[in-house]
Amino acid sequence: MSKPSDLVQGTLDLLLLKILALEPLHGWAVSQRLQQMSGEELQVSDGSLYPALHKLEQEGWIKAEWKTSELGRRAKFYELTRAGRKQLERETANWERLAAAISAIVRLREV
Amino acid sequence: MGRWITKFALRCRSLVASKRVDAELDEELQFHLARHIEAQVSRGVTPEEARRQAAIAIGGLDQQKDACRDARGVTLIDHTARDIRYAARMLRANPGFTLVAILSLALGIGANTAMFQLIEAVRLRSLPVPRAEELTEVRIAGGNGGWGISENENSQLTLPIWEQIRDQQRAFSGIFAWGTTPLPIGSGPDARRVAGLWVSGEAFPTLGVTPAVGRLFGPADDQRGCSLTVVLNDAFWRAQFGGDPSVIGRTLIILDRPVPIVGVTAPEFFGLEVGKRFDIAVPACAAAIWGSPTDRRDYFWLSAMGRLRDGWTVTRAAKHLDALSPGIFEATAPVDRQPSSIERYRRFRLTAVPASNGVSSLRTTYGGALWLLLGMTGLVLLIACTNLMNLLLARAGAREHEIGVRLAIGASRARVVSQLLTESIVLAVCGAGLGVVLASPLSRGLVALLATTNNPLDLELRAGWPVLAFACGAGLITCVLFGLVPAFRASRTDPGVAMKTEGRGLTSNRDRLLMQRCLVTAQVAISLVLLFGAALFVRSFRNLITLDTGLRRDGVMFAMFADFSDRPSPERVLAAQSELLERIRSVPQVDAAAITTQFPLNGSSWTQGIELPASSTPERRSSKFTYVSPQYFNTVGMRLRAGRDFDEGDTATSRRVALVNETFARRYLGSANPIGVTVRTVAEPRFPSTVYEVIGVVSDTKYSALREPIPPITFVPIAQHPSPRPWPGIVIRSSAPPSTVMAAVKRSVGELRPNMAMAFTVFDTQIRDGLARERILAWLAGSFGVLAALLATIGVYGVISYLVVRRRHEIAIRLALGSGRTRVVRLILGEIAILLFVGLVLGGVLAVAMASGASSLLFGLSPRDPITLVEAAGVLAAIGFLASSLPAFRASRVDATAALRSE
Repeated sequence: MSKPSDLVQGTLDLLLLKILALEPLHGWAVSQRLQQMSGEELQVSDGSLYPALHKLEQEGWIKAEWKTSELGRRAKFYELTRAGRKQLERETANWERLAAAISAIVRLREV
Repeated sequence: MGRWITKFALRCRSLVASKRVDAELDEELQFHLARHIEAQVSRGVTPEEARRQAAIAIGGLDQQKDACRDARGVTLIDHTARDIRYAARMLRANPGFTLVAILSLALGIGANTAMFQLIEAVRLRSLPVPRAEELTEVRIAGGNGGWGISENENSQLTLPIWEQIRDQQRAFSGIFAWGTTPLPIGSGPDARRVAGLWVSGEAFPTLGVTPAVGRLFGPADDQRGCSLTVVLNDAFWRAQFGGDPSVIGRTLIILDRPVPIVGVTAPEFFGLEVGKRFDIAVPACAAAIWGSPTDRRDYFWLSAMGRLRDGWTVTRAAKHLDALSPGIFEATAPVDRQPSSIERYRRFRLTAVPASNGVSSLRTTYGGALWLLLGMTGLVLLIACTNLMNLLLARAGAREHEIGVRLAIGASRARVVSQLLTESIVLAVCGAGLGVVLASPLSRGLVALLATTNNPLDLELRAGWPVLAFACGAGLITCVLFGLVPAFRASRTDPGVAMKTEGRGLTSNRDRLLMQRCLVTAQVAISLVLLFGAALFVRSFRNLITLDTGLRRDGVMFAMFADFSDRPSPERVLAAQSELLERIRSVPQVDAAAITTQFPLNGSSWTQGIELPASSTPERRSSKFTYVSPQYFNTVGMRLRAGRDFDEGDTATSRRVALVNETFARRYLGSANPIGVTVRTVAEPRFPSTVYEVIGVVSDTKYSALREPIPPITFVPIAQHPSPRPWPGIVIRSSAPPSTVMAAVKRSVGELRPNMAMAFTVFDTQIRDGLARERILAWLAGSFGVLAALLATIGVYGVISYLVVRRRHEIAIRLALGSGRTRVVRLILGEIAILLFVGLVLGGVLAVAMASGASSLLFGLSPRDPITLVEAAGVLAAIGFLASSLPAFRASRVDATAALRSE
């Protein structure tokens, strides 16, 4: 239930939006892709994944659809909406600004 | 935009189709677990281990579901909905409690809302014209103080003063004069009086009133010497002409002459007086047509109202008018009066007062009384709330176990409070809703009580926003009052203790009982305030209604006559009057009849200055003057104390004679023999100075109002009236029913003069109508008092019963140890005695403090009347003991063995 401490607040939303921007996926695939893409660097617990997905759906940024999965079982696939795409752009811009600012501080040489 | 719709739709789906949403969530998570396990197994982990790891990774299926539900943002709504459902179930399970609670709240909130609705209509609402807040009334500061002749309560100014104001003022962008008068319409026996409104030409344009049909008056209609035209009120037009638009150009008979109808006002415009709808409006200039002394400098018949110019305030306008006053009153000062009287006139000052919600005699008469009644209904509601709070406290006690269980299995205190509070809110919402429904008939009933035959009331009562807001506010406050404390208290339950004691409730026991004792004390105190108030108003009404006026009340009626087609010349007036009087006396049902210029107790008054040349102190005095025909005293039931009555020998040419009342003789003549004393009147316009010789003394009577002390009155024969009015007022005494007498008189007089218009007033009805305010106060205050006592009885009974149940164990021990049953009863009664004593002392202090604010509404007793207070306290004490006697008796019947064994 607890938010992963190694993820900056709100970053999970950004990651999920980004992953779903590439293709519609179900929850399990999202978690796999997350680990794979971050080179196992980012450990998102399964516990925080679904609440986050539901919240994004509630916000109208992603929409869900029940489809048959690759193994023939019914699964809930999430897909980015138009509003979600805009939100992704906003969040990406935010993230870049934040990251740049933090890097700038971190790189300051101690005198 | 689309996103918001999606969001809303999703939220609705989560709420409405919650089962399906949950099922889907379950399926989704199951799918995830299955894939996780598969993945692990494919890496060579045993299925059991894989399942374990997957479960750990996801962190508990149920928690996961909860977190997802939270993420959907429906928890709060969901909880609330669940609370409401639960509350509804709990309330249905206790129908008795629910019914009592909702009904008492509905009555309390309904009564308060009704009272507020009335206050809103009478005091708070603006006139239905555009930008009503700019309207300002111009009046003489402090009124004219009885100077000159005033037509009615809307008579602030004379025509000359109004013309000066109109021509000199700079404070108003528009200003107009208006007045009210009854106007006779139709002719002959069908004639009736309707509410007439005088308006100057600027009135409708300044007010911004629009016509529904035709046109309204403009300045062109109001010129000196104008011909009469009439504008109808929308309601009158609908009632009289069925709302026929072709009425424009037709005529209405007013004062026996056909008057062209030019227009109808918009429906929302009722006039300028709240509670009194006008029927027809006529231009002020037309007043001269029927010989009203409109130009006279001492005749007050107009009011003035204006719209403030931009940037002007009422204060600034008042200063401006004050500065204009010396010039205006100098220019309009009458010349034919006593110098001292003219001097008083010159000192008048004009001022400005806000008039955005119109004027209202209703407001002046009832304003204080209405707020007082609202205060009383508020107190009744407060008592009802304390009762509910008591009930809820007792219930919370019974539910301690349940709440303990809830807390033990992890409910937060906030959840418990919100759930208990939801019950109160459901009660309050039901109560307030029902209260709003009840309010309308209640307030209409109130208006019906306020209206009298001669003073019909036309108030538009609306359940508008202010009223609804008031009801909601009342509901909310009551809910907080009765629900919050028990809810918080219950949530403080210690789960461990509550569960151990199995609902016997020894936990916060003493604490809660203290709370309930305080509540009962408060109830007794508030009830005493209400009961004392009720007793004061009922007594005061009885004092007034049974007051000896010195006049006969049974079978006495007053008749007014007017024949506009025939005005007898001054020489013929007396002959015409006696002809009319003889005609009426000849009606078989009429036992006695006499002419008078003044009907008693109708609020009017006729005062003249007098000098008593023979008296040792020849200073100026005044006396009421009434001109009557012989037989008057006999007709109204007055007694001759000394000397002789008037007779046919007292004529216009004989020696001037007068009778005085006992107060006159006592105050002005002391112990001297009044017979033979001379009284000289001070000259007034149309009333030259005359010397009268007193020929007798008559018994004292009330004069213009019941509440006023008896003034000195002088009676003069009507034949010796200096300027008799063409048609007289006649007082008739009869033992037949009033309606029969009226019909017989109408028929008989109609044969003599077909065009004679007649109006009758039954004396007894007039007195009762005059006491409408006192009656309504007595009725309502009386009912509130009874209601308060009733509610307090329920409260005392409930708390004492509860107390006995809670102390059953202790009582059982006492009995087991050999205490007598009477001692147990005494123990319980001692308990109630303390509560009652504290409550009554507190209530007594409160009652006396609050009653002094109502002293102006009382008659014949002081607001601190000790006997009334002691009686009210006695009644409450008796009720309190009576209410607690049953539980006390029950306590003494406690079966000690059974009670102790149940331990």
